[in-house]
This record gives sequence, C-alpha cells and structure tokens, in this order.
Amino acid sequence: MAAELTLTVNGEPRRTAPGSSIADLVTNLGLDPKKVAVEHNGEIAPRSTLADVQLGDGDVLEIVHFVGGG
Amino acid sequence: MTDTSADTWTVAGRTFRSRLIVGTGKYKDFEQNAAAVEASGAEIVTVAVRRVNISDPKAPMLTDFIDPKKITYLPNTAGCFNAEEAIRTLRLAREAGGWDLVKLEVLGEARTLYPDMRETLKATEVLAAEGFKPMVYCADDPIAAKQLEEAGAVAIMPLGAPIGSGLGIQNRVMIRLIVEGASVPVLVDAGVGTASDASVAMELGCEGVLMNTAIAEARDPIRMARAMRLAVEAGRDAYLAGRMPTRRYADPSSPLAGLI
Repeated sequence: MAAELTLTVNGEPRRTAPGSSIADLVTNLGLDPKKVAVEHNGEIAPRSTLADVQLGDGDVLEIVHFVGGG
Repeated sequence: MTDTSADTWTVAGRTFRSRLIVGTGKYKDFEQNAAAVEASGAEIVTVAVRRVNISDPKAPMLTDFIDPKKITYLPNTAGCFNAEEAIRTLRLAREAGGWDLVKLEVLGEARTLYPDMRETLKATEVLAAEGFKPMVYCADDPIAAKQLEEAGAVAIMPLGAPIGSGLGIQNRVMIRLIVEGASVPVLVDAGVGTASDASVAMELGCEGVLMNTAIAEARDPIRMARAMRLAVEAGRDAYLAGRMPTRRYADPSSPLAGLI
C-alpha cells in the first residue's frame, strides 16, 4: 500500500488515501459537492468529472463557494 | 395612468421587474440579510466567491438563506486587483453556480477602490470570449464605457461615488452621458447612501441601481431596503414621466384671471 498523498487544500496541508478522487476528498471534508467549485492545480475541475479525477501527491486544490459580498 | 407593471428591463436576454440589485455583504447575520433582500424586492443579489472554511464545513451558508433558484446570484470579483485574479474567480463562480451572468470588478487600489480600467477592459474581452456575460463596474468615463461595450460587456456599471462611501451620485453629467451613449443597460454601482441618491440615479435614466452598504449599514437595514425599493420605483417613474423644465423665477400655480 502506497503512503498517503499530501495535498494543499485552500492553502493548508492535508493528507488523503492514495486512489482518492476529488469527489472523495470533498465528501470527506464534509462538503456538499453540489455547493462548491474546485480548482485543481490551477485548472477548473468541472463538477461532472470530480469523481473521475484521481488526486496525486503534491496536488494543489482550491475549494470555493458563494459568500455574502457587494 | 400608465401601467407600470410591464416596466421591465433586460440584461443578456434575462428580463427582470426589479431595478434594484443588492449586495449580501456586511449584514449582522444571514437572517437579517435575507429579510433585507425580501424587503428590497430585488431579484438579483451580488455574491462573492471565497474559500470554503474546511475546518468548519457545516457552518451555515448563504445559499441556505437566500435561495439561488428564486433569486439570481450575480457572482462578483470584489477584492480582485488584476484581470487574471478576476477571470480565475469568475471561472470558479461559473462552476459553482452554473450560470454565465457575472459582475466584473477589477480594483485599482485599496484606498479608493476605484476601478483599474486597463485591467477591467482586458478581463472583459477574455470573459466575453469564454462565453461569460459580464456586467462591468467602471469609471464614470463615457469613452471607457463604449470600449467596454465593444469588448462584450452586457451592462455598464459606473460608480456614483467610491464603494461604501455613501456620498451619493457625484457625477450626474457623466452618468447621463454614459446612459445616452450606451446600447446596453447602465446601472449605477456604488456610492448610493440614502433613498434620494437611488432616485437620482434612476432619474438620470439608468436601468437600475446596485447597492450594498447603504442598506446593510443603515440603523434599520430592512426599513432602508424598503425605502430603496420605493426610491428606485419613484425615480424610474419620474424619469418615464418626464420632469418639468427648471425656471429661474417663480410661476404661479393658481390662475391670475378672476383675482378679487
């Protein structure tokens, strides 16, 4: 079994199991994938593909949502 | 009297009755924010795109209080200081929301929050090419407004005064010139402080007004939201009705004939 992957999620280090998809990560964080958008290594990860994209060691993710603003 | 119920406006093919767009920042809590939106009658709210707090994923979200199926969310790039950041933010917004109507705002400096028009124009071109429908916050510059329109802006949104200042419409002449020259909707964005300011914007012929702080920082935001709804309606009606000319001297309203 390979070692856990180290990711950077919203600027913070995070570990996840090898073979995880983006959807797995989002769900494990306790988030609803329908309410967030994900940027994966600088590229938009379309919601329809979140379950298909496997994470790699050192990947950088931004997970955003809508908040109050002017 | 003219039927005002049919007085709608259209941006990028979407038609709205309310001419008031409200922000969702600076409120005490989500409940107050939702109540203010309700009182304002707004059909569009601006929202920001920010990182999810992954250490508290169950924290209440804006979407739990203001239903994006009933109210159009207009993602905004507030806080972006160059074209690249703004474009990145709106690509994420489109993925989060699934719609292409967005508000572009590229700021030049923190002190005035005045728009950087060079970066704004650059971002407008890129966004339009990617299929976005950008409503664009801009300087009160009629030439820049035309350039934005040519670049693909679906609405021109000049500031009335600095963002959050509440100083009112400082630049009536330029706002009117922008309205006259534009073939897309013009909305005053920023600077409104109180109800009469919103009326002024509408009397200048703007299609609508966008505000946040004037409502959120009022002592009673819900009452102010209602005041703004009425002010926008009043200003719009006054514009459509066509105001009387101004005169230098008095003109009596009662007939002079038959005076005893």
